[in-house]
Amino acid sequence: MSLAREFTKGFIRENPVLRLVLGLCPVLAVTTSLKNGVGMGLAATFVLVGSNVFVSLIRKGVPSRIRIPCYIVIIASFVTVVDLVMAGYTPELHKSLGIFIPLIVVNCIILGRAEAFASKNTVGRSFIDGLGMGLGFTFALVITASIREIIGTGKIWDLVLLGEHYNPVLIAILSPGAFITLGLLIGLFNLLEQRRT
Amino acid sequence: MDWGNLFALAIAAILINNVVLKRFLGLCPFLGVSKQLDAALGMGMAVIFVMTMASIVTFGIYHHILAPFGIQYLRTIAFILVIATLVQFVEMVIEKTSPGLYRALGIYLPLITTNCAVLGVAVLNIDNSYSFVEMVVHGFSAGLGFTIALLLMAGIRERLDMADIPRSLKGVPIAFIVAGLMAMAFQGFSGLAGE
Repeated sequence: MSLAREFTKGFIRENPVLRLVLGLCPVLAVTTSLKNGVGMGLAATFVLVGSNVFVSLIRKGVPSRIRIPCYIVIIASFVTVVDLVMAGYTPELHKSLGIFIPLIVVNCIILGRAEAFASKNTVGRSFIDGLGMGLGFTFALVITASIREIIGTGKIWDLVLLGEHYNPVLIAILSPGAFITLGLLIGLFNLLEQRRT
Repeated sequence: MDWGNLFALAIAAILINNVVLKRFLGLCPFLGVSKQLDAALGMGMAVIFVMTMASIVTFGIYHHILAPFGIQYLRTIAFILVIATLVQFVEMVIEKTSPGLYRALGIYLPLITTNCAVLGVAVLNIDNSYSFVEMVVHGFSAGLGFTIALLLMAGIRERLDMADIPRSLKGVPIAFIVAGLMAMAFQGFSGLAGE
């Protein structure tokens, strides 16, 4: 597969959330506003790129029996870096993402890419794969968050989109809205895939 | 000891802040193991057990190792390793001491390592600065809340198999929409106790 295809596969064709249905917890939990969604997406992208590169670097030296604990330690170290950086520079975002920053450790996308891709490929390809998958994850977060924020508050990123006459449907930013929005989105992506084949 | 307070904490963890439907933790097993009632019950029991154990162990590690040395920033790494080891250890102990229980829970135990609900509850225990007893109650009730949501979901999905659903919504999408309706119903509990 060419590098360009490797990079773009995470967006639509193999989108980790909407096609592979991985890493759902943060997608539902932090998409109450676009800001949170973008913040979460970029944090996870950083961890994904970092862990993919490091897993790829050590792939020949680690015995296969203890590879999973090694991967987890690498991922957890990057998550700790993100946690501390966000607490220092974006305290507000850090507070609203809450426990979902430490929980990036158990996001199945990251361990999944380490095991399925980075442990078998060169550093360069793993870097591209991590970046593409991370941005695909961010893309899914952005779509879900935009829908929920517009319907639930009538605004997007502090910008009033629907005028004063719009009566916000609060349920969209509460937990039921998260499940229903994502369910319909995955359904839509399935439909598009079926049309194409 | 304030029993009323503990009871309110338990109710809040089971119904109001349900791990799956309100806090969005542990969705992978929620979707993966909710196809049959038997499997859902096995998974639920395993989660209750591991969640309570993990809460106790991580609580001890945090307050007796990380906090005295001022290395709280190692929390994420320490907790995930401890939980992974604990699950392995529990699996070995159950296999030796009670083969019956092992057959019932065995296949679900390894899956729990990657269950974000376990790590999530451990982190919440620390963030909410619970006392020891509160932490045990919270860990156990959160597991119970997970089991209730999983069992309800499994019951609905067994019937969903026979329903006439558009092809593109089959499987995960319809499960999400059902979970959304369940979450809506659980919103009704939010008046039960104060925040």
